[in-house]
Amino acid sequence: MSLLELPVSQPGPRAPRAAQSPPWRLIDRVGLAVAWLLGLLFCALAGALVLYFLVQGIKYVRPSLFLTNPSPGFTATATGGFLDPMLGTMLVSAIAMAIALPIGIGVAVWLSEYGRPAALARVAESTIEMIAGTPSIVLALFGILLFESPALGFLSRSSEGVVFGRSFFAAGAMLSLVALPLVVSNVREGLEAIPDHVREASYALGKTKFATTRRVLLPAARPSVLTGAMLGAGRVIGDTAIIVVLLGATLTFDRSGSVPLLSTLRGTGSTLTYYVFYNAPTGEGNQPTKAYAAAFVLLMIVLALNVGVDIATRRSRRLRWSS
Amino acid sequence: MEFLTPPPVRRLTGEESVTEPLGPTRGLPAPPGNGNGNGNGNGSAPASPLVGGRRRIASTPLAIDRMQAEALSVAYGRKPAVDSVSLPIRQGEVLALIGPSGCGKTTLLRSLNRLTELNKDVSQSGRITLDEVDIATLDPTALRRRVTMVFQQPNPFPMSVFDNVAYVLREQAARRPKRAALRGAVRDALARAGLLDELGDDLDHPALRLSGGQQQRLCIARALAADPEVLLLDEPCSALDPQSTQVIEDLIVRLREDVAVVIVTHNLQQAYRVADYVAFMYLGRLVEYGTAGQLFRTAREQRTREYVRGEFG
Ligand SMILES: Nc1ncnc2c1ncn2[C@@H]1O[C@H](COP(=O)(O)OP(=O)(O)OP(=O)(O)O)[C@@H](O)[C@H]1O
Ligand SMILES: [Mg+2]
Repeated sequence: MSLLELPVSQPGPRAPRAAQSPPWRLIDRVGLAVAWLLGLLFCALAGALVLYFLVQGIKYVRPSLFLTNPSPGFTATATGGFLDPMLGTMLVSAIAMAIALPIGIGVAVWLSEYGRPAALARVAESTIEMIAGTPSIVLALFGILLFESPALGFLSRSSEGVVFGRSFFAAGAMLSLVALPLVVSNVREGLEAIPDHVREASYALGKTKFATTRRVLLPAARPSVLTGAMLGAGRVIGDTAIIVVLLGATLTFDRSGSVPLLSTLRGTGSTLTYYVFYNAPTGEGNQPTKAYAAAFVLLMIVLALNVGVDIATRRSRRLRWSS
Repeated sequence: MEFLTPPPVRRLTGEESVTEPLGPTRGLPAPPGNGNGNGNGNGSAPASPLVGGRRRIASTPLAIDRMQAEALSVAYGRKPAVDSVSLPIRQGEVLALIGPSGCGKTTLLRSLNRLTELNKDVSQSGRITLDEVDIATLDPTALRRRVTMVFQQPNPFPMSVFDNVAYVLREQAARRPKRAALRGAVRDALARAGLLDELGDDLDHPALRLSGGQQQRLCIARALAADPEVLLLDEPCSALDPQSTQVIEDLIVRLREDVAVVIVTHNLQQAYRVADYVAFMYLGRLVEYGTAGQLFRTAREQRTREYVRGEFG
């Protein structure tokens, strides 16, 4: 606080008018150099990571990997590919986003357009921040407690009254919490970036708040919605802890029941992240070439999502109001 | 209480005579020459310091009272913005609100379709009626469809031209009408605002890519699509070039037969060109209200004369 009490005025002679751009102080120049170096280092690191996995991955990626399922074995040929884990990644992120998107958009609309009751809005805000900061392994543990309860037994396998609590439903539901904060913050940002005169224009035409939000504000914030969805999906696809704990960690789909899709959703399986974890040199499977190939596919998906985010934000910047 | 309340207005039944102030108000004698006939200064008026002719083609056919502000006061928090203003708004005539910046013109306009309510710390007293019904008793969304508003800054929605206008028409019905069903109404509204010929068939053009003048005319088309009974225009031409301004002024004069038009403007020539009646406001108060010819030539109040002569604000 003592800093704030310092006099604001800056004593000392001012630089002469002629020196339009005086030479930088040494400390500034050193600072700039350090910032540059750090930036370059960071780019080099990121580049090296991507390149390494590109090279390693491309070496080992085979079309057959996408078409065959993992199977027990000790050689690269015997252990098969990662068809089911790949489908598992898609399935579990579809479930997670199907939950996170509507809830996230709803919460964002409520926080930015209504914000009432104010106390409740503040609570919701800090809850979402808390979820964002919670390690996913903690969410996974909480999920196991939740989905092992008999009331939610219909969402997973159960035998003789004991609920297994692990299924695509369970993993997807907990993963939606991983995506939710990103969806909420992006949609909210998008809505708050819309100037108030747009809302007023809609009200002045006799539109309700609901119609305004649904027909004007959300369409206008679509790039932000897309960004939130893609960033959230990226986090979901990359998560491992919840998958290990809540998806049952069976390398192939292990269905529960006989209804086609429902049996898969209630059953267990795995995702690409778990496949990498399993086949890493330290994992049970220990097929590093497979791990590299799967990691490459994961990286490609995440890169594609990033490009998508980039395009979405660029589109949103192109069409803006003049004031 | 130095300002004049507007003269009481008699509902008209005659064909050609417009409104007639009913003699003195608040002890002030009505100036001679005020209220004879429609007093629109059509043609016979002496040369005025204001350049440009009136856009009036024929005299106003018939004016009917649509809205009435009665001792309306609006305040933002403790700060009054409009101070007991009484004013009639008639269909068949254009009313111009003039006055220096910050005198409450926008606030008055916004209270006419209850947009002031959106601001939490606005307090209001007095009464506004629409067809003799207190607007406070109406559903605000229904009221705002009958009394639409165009703002100073063009504010089209970030969607296509077509959707901007169609948005107004949609959801008024129980079921969302199909695009083809709205086509006629959308083109009609755009045509009324003088935008259809310019855009041709490219109604899918993004509205935010139009020029400022086109955007403003789109906003007017949008306001007209609701088929309003009263149209409120808040400095609609302040961001426009002379040509777009002329298009809009022509439109305003054409519209007054079907719609009661209120226009706020800083451009006195514009007020003179398009308005039948002019209200001069100063510091939230209505200083003077009268026909355009009377207010611009033989204003009763010193302040009005000074403002009109450009010696004001
Ligand atoms: N949202 C607001 N909150 C608080 N005070 C406001 C608000 N809007 C307007 N005012 C105040 O109310 C008074 C009238 O404002 P208003 O916008 O109605 O003036 P105006 O006649 O339209 O001015 P201009 O010609 O510049 O548009 C001003 O003194 C202004 O400071
Ligand atoms: Mg204004």
